[in-house]
Amino acid sequence: MKPALFEYSAPQTVAEAIALLAADPGAMVLAGGQSLVPAMNLRLASPSRLVDIQHIPGLSGISVAGGEIIVRALTTHRELELSGEAHRANPVIREAMAHVAHIPIRNRGTVVGSLCHADAAAEMPMVLVLTGGSVVAEGPQGTRTIGAEDFFQFHMTTSRESHELVVEARFPVLPAGAGAAFDEFTRRHGDYAIAAVGAIVRLGRDGAADKVAVATCGVGSRPMRLPAVEARLIGTRLAAEDLAAAGEIAKDAVTAPDDINATTSYRQRVVATLVRRVVEKAAHRAGQGR
Amino acid sequence: MPRARPGTSVPSVSSDPRARVSITINGELVEREVSIRMLLSDFLRHELRLTGTHVGCEHGVCGACTVLIDGKAGRSCLTLAVQASGHEVRTIESLAAEDGTLHPIQAAFQDCHALQCGYCTPGMIMNIVGMFESGEPLDLSDEGIRLALSGNLCRCTGYQNIVAAVRKAAESLPAG
Ligand SMILES: Cc1cc2nc3c(=O)[nH]c(=O)nc-3n(C[C@H](O)[C@H](O)[C@H](O)COP(=O)(O)OP(=O)(O)OC[C@H]3O[C@@H](n4cnc5c(N)ncnc54)[C@H](O)[C@@H]3O)c2cc1C
Ligand code: FES
Ligand code: FES
Repeated sequence: MKPALFEYSAPQTVAEAIALLAADPGAMVLAGGQSLVPAMNLRLASPSRLVDIQHIPGLSGISVAGGEIIVRALTTHRELELSGEAHRANPVIREAMAHVAHIPIRNRGTVVGSLCHADAAAEMPMVLVLTGGSVVAEGPQGTRTIGAEDFFQFHMTTSRESHELVVEARFPVLPAGAGAAFDEFTRRHGDYAIAAVGAIVRLGRDGAADKVAVATCGVGSRPMRLPAVEARLIGTRLAAEDLAAAGEIAKDAVTAPDDINATTSYRQRVVATLVRRVVEKAAHRAGQGR
Repeated sequence: MPRARPGTSVPSVSSDPRARVSITINGELVEREVSIRMLLSDFLRHELRLTGTHVGCEHGVCGACTVLIDGKAGRSCLTLAVQASGHEVRTIESLAAEDGTLHPIQAAFQDCHALQCGYCTPGMIMNIVGMFESGEPLDLSDEGIRLALSGNLCRCTGYQNIVAAVRKAAESLPAG
């Protein structure tokens, strides 16, 4: 239960960090360490070098600008959760964050670290997919913005190159008039989700849904939107039979194999129930003008 | 061929890459050269003999190793000593007064019989200290306290008395 040998660097600039990553393909970024250090303790990860980014100025903080919540790389889960500005801009973030691990983990783990770790059952990657957000990665060749759908490739695999540092994540603000909701099912509070669902719903003047986004995690190899579910719901009044039918469609998204927590058919029923409840809650909030 | 003498080929210094750390621990600046793979939990226990911080799982799940890092509860088993360099760490040893007078949270744990073997207790208490000192509003309902303690596992007590102790400590401390 001790990490294997590695070298350690604590760069003072983004350029230095990128140079260190580019010089050694076995090097890894160390942010809060809340996923990487346990993996190293269990020797599931053995980086040749850790590039600790905590001392790089300018990588902290949260701002809301241009319709996006900009979360810099060193922002902890807890800072984002407690940010009033972020909460007003998109309340689904705080609602989802309450399910990420426990406060002592959220005090040290970073939002961007969670996105880069990309566990298929992790909440914040799913929220990035749900809201249609992106990350900004800096590498030796320059800076690029990667949309959430392109960023998350597979369980613990992203389209980030090993020499790129993700400097920020961008979560779009909740569209005017829309409501959002998030819920998940776990055996114990703070565990990774057996299944989680998030939804954003906007109602037209006639009371029918004119915008619906539904996303899930924990049920496949990566967080994903559910286009077939969304298509079934758009234009409807989200009546009980619409929600039930959407839940049935969501079952098709479950590809996770049976594990110690749940069988595939159990996960399917959980995700169907969550889709019904979460879409209903989001619609209710949209109706209240939240 | 002469038989190798035991010890002659064993290096006296480990080949571990090392680094100098300076960490303020319980108010005192400590400077040491350590292996860079040394966890903060091992630094506290093995280097400084502050064995009040317990180690249960070493992957963040049990909470026994919880200390305050810059005033916030964090896992010392998921923090490298080099990462903590330049920061301030507080452990369970900092709580009781010099004369042995218990901190109000420790006293409440004793009064409510909130520990049996005591293995989880230092982590529980440091987490609660962090919560009380955060200045954030406390939810003292059963559910609120259980949520706050959800990252600390106890194999003995069944939690009832721990919940009672947190509530009692909250009542005995000035608001905030
Ligand atoms: C007991 C426990 C329970 C948990 N439960 C949950 C849970 O329910 N849901 C959940 O979502 N998470 C959970 N987590 C994980 C937690 O959210 C982590 O904090 C988070 O996944 C990683 O963030 P970090 O800052 O600690 O990253 P680190 O552990 O430092 O890094 C994680 C990975 O991302 C890379 N990385 C980090 N930052 C960058 C960057 N800026 N650019 C490029 N690469 C980067 C690292 O190289 C590494 O591969 C849990 C962790 C523990 C220990
Ligand atoms: S020893 Fe650190 S959480 Fe268990
Ligand atoms: S008192 Fe024994 S583990 Fe909590």
